Amino acid sequence: MARYLLRRLLSLAASLVAASLVIFAVIEVVPGDPAAYMLGMNAAPDTVAALRESLGLNVSLPARYANWLGGMLVGDFGISYTYKVPVADLVADRLLISLPLAGLALVLSTAIALPIGLLAAARRGRWPDYAVMGGTQLGIAVPNFWFAMLLVLAFALHWRIFPAGGFPGWDAPLMALRALALPAVALALPQAAILARVLRSALIETLGQDYIRTARAKGLTGAQALTRHALRNAMIPVLTILGMQFSFLLAGAIIIENVFYIPGLGRLIFQAITQRDLIVVESVVMILVFAVILVTFLTDLAYAAVDPRLRTRG
Amino acid sequence: MRPGLAIGIVLAGVALAAALTSLVWTPYDVTELVISQKLQAPSALHWLGTDHFGRDIAAMLMVGARTSLAVALVAVGIGMGIGVPLGLLAASKPGWADELTMRGNDLIFAFPSLVIAILITAVFGPSAVNAIIAIGIFNIPVFARVTRGGALSLWTLDYIRSAQVAGKGRARISLEHVLPNIANLLIVQGTIQFSLGILAEAGLSYVGLGAQPPLPSWGRMLAEAQTMVTLAPHVAIFPGLAIVATVLGLNLLGDGLRDALDPRLRHAR
Repeated sequence: MARYLLRRLLSLAASLVAASLVIFAVIEVVPGDPAAYMLGMNAAPDTVAALRESLGLNVSLPARYANWLGGMLVGDFGISYTYKVPVADLVADRLLISLPLAGLALVLSTAIALPIGLLAAARRGRWPDYAVMGGTQLGIAVPNFWFAMLLVLAFALHWRIFPAGGFPGWDAPLMALRALALPAVALALPQAAILARVLRSALIETLGQDYIRTARAKGLTGAQALTRHALRNAMIPVLTILGMQFSFLLAGAIIIENVFYIPGLGRLIFQAITQRDLIVVESVVMILVFAVILVTFLTDLAYAAVDPRLRTRG
Repeated sequence: MRPGLAIGIVLAGVALAAALTSLVWTPYDVTELVISQKLQAPSALHWLGTDHFGRDIAAMLMVGARTSLAVALVAVGIGMGIGVPLGLLAASKPGWADELTMRGNDLIFAFPSLVIAILITAVFGPSAVNAIIAIGIFNIPVFARVTRGGALSLWTLDYIRSAQVAGKGRARISLEHVLPNIANLLIVQGTIQFSLGILAEAGLSYVGLGAQPPLPSWGRMLAEAQTMVTLAPHVAIFPGLAIVATVLGLNLLGDGLRDALDPRLRHAR
C-alpha cells in the first residue's frame, strides 16, 4: 500500500505542476502584457508600469512562474487588482459558501440515488425499474440552472418556503442552510439521476455473480444479498462517478450561484472576468483544477481501499 | 424498433428540422424588436409568446437550435478528430506513446469545459467559438479513452496479429482493421457527447461565456428570462423544454443505437 500511495502522490504532484503550467501560460503569457490587458487600451504608460511593478511582471518568465507557484504553496495568491485585498482571503471567504454547497449537493444526490438505484436493481424489469429508468433519463436531460429557475418559481415565489436568492452568511446557520437548500437540490437532482443509473447497472452485473447465488443458497433473502454482498462489490463504478461528480458539482455550483445570486466562487470568477482581474481568475481556476485533481487522487485511494487487487496494478 | 429509439429519433429530428428550417424560414425575424408586443402569452399570432423585447420565442428557439446543434456538433468533431487518432496511437504503441497520451488525457480531464471556457474568455472575451473550443477540448480525452479501450481489446485478436504477420504497419492496421471495428462505439459515444455538448453550450451561454447577442441561443434566452420569470413564466419554460427535449432525444437515440449496433447488449441491460 505504501508503494501504491507513493506512486499516486508522485502522479498527483506531476498533474498539479502540468496544470499550473497550462494556466500560467494562458493567463500570463498569451495576453502579452497582462498589466496592459488588465488596464485596457486607454491606460497611461506610467499606470501600466506601476501595475507591472506591483504584479511582479518585470522579471523573467521562469522566475515569474516560480514566484507564482512558490507563493501559492504558502497560501499567497497575490493581491486582487480590483478588490485591493489578498486573493487568498477573497477565495477563502467564497470557498466557505461554494464548498458546503457542492458538499451538500453531493450528500443529497447520494441520498437520492442509493435507494432508487437499489430499488430499480431489486425490481429489475418490473414497473419500479421502468419508473426509475424513465425518471432518471429525464433527470439527466434537465439543465440544472433551468431546474433551479423552476424551483425558485415554485418554492420561493409561489409557496414562499425558501428564499429566492442571496446568502445571509454563516452567522445564522439555519438561515444559511435554508438559502443553500434550493441550489443544492438543483445541483443534486441531475447528478442523482446519473448515479442511480450507474448503481443500478453495477448492481445488476454483480447480482449475476456466483457468490450471490451461493449467498442466496445459504439462506440469505434477496434484500440481504443485495445490501450485504452486491452493494459493496458494485461500489467501484459508483465511486468513479462520485469522484467525477464532485468536480461537476463544483463547476455546476459556479453556474447555480448565478441563478441564486450566491456570493461564492462562481460570482467571484465572473466578476473577475468582467473586470479583467486576471490574478483572481488565475487563482480561482488553479483552485478548481486542484480540487478536481485532488478528488481524482482520493477516488483512486478509495478504489484501493474497496478493492485490494487494484493496489498492485497501475 | 424499440420505443425509446423511436422517441429519440423523433425528438432529435424535431430539433434538427427546426435548426435547418430556420436557415430559410422563421415565423418572425429574430432581430426585430417590437416593444409594444413584449411578454405576450402564447397565442395564434405568436405560438410560444414573445420575450421582453417583443421577439417571437418560437423563431428564437428555431435559430437557437441552430446555435446549440452547431456548437455541439463541431465540438464532437474536434473531440473525434483529435481524440480518435490519439486513442488509436496509444493502443497501437504500448509504452511511451500510450503513457504520454493517457497522462495528457488525465491533465485535460482536470479542466472541466466550464473552466476551459473561463480561461479562454478571460483572455479572448466571450463568443460561441470559445464555447466550441472549450467543449471540443474536453471531448478529446473522452474519445481518446473510448478509442483506446476499444482498440486495445482488438489488438489481442488473431486477425489483427495475422495482419501484422502479413507485414502491415501499425498505422495501416489501425486504419483498416481497428477503426472500422470500433466505429459503433464511436457513433454511440458521439451521440452522448453531442447531447452533453448541448447542455454545456446552454450552460456557457447562460453565464455569458457562449454565444453573444444578437445570435439567439437557448442558454442566453434562459438568462434573459430569469428576471421576468414571475411576470411571464413562458419565457423561461419554453427554452428549457427545448433543451430537455433535444438532450433527452439524443440520449434515447444513443441508447437505442448502442442496443441496435451491439446485439449482445439487448439482453444484458
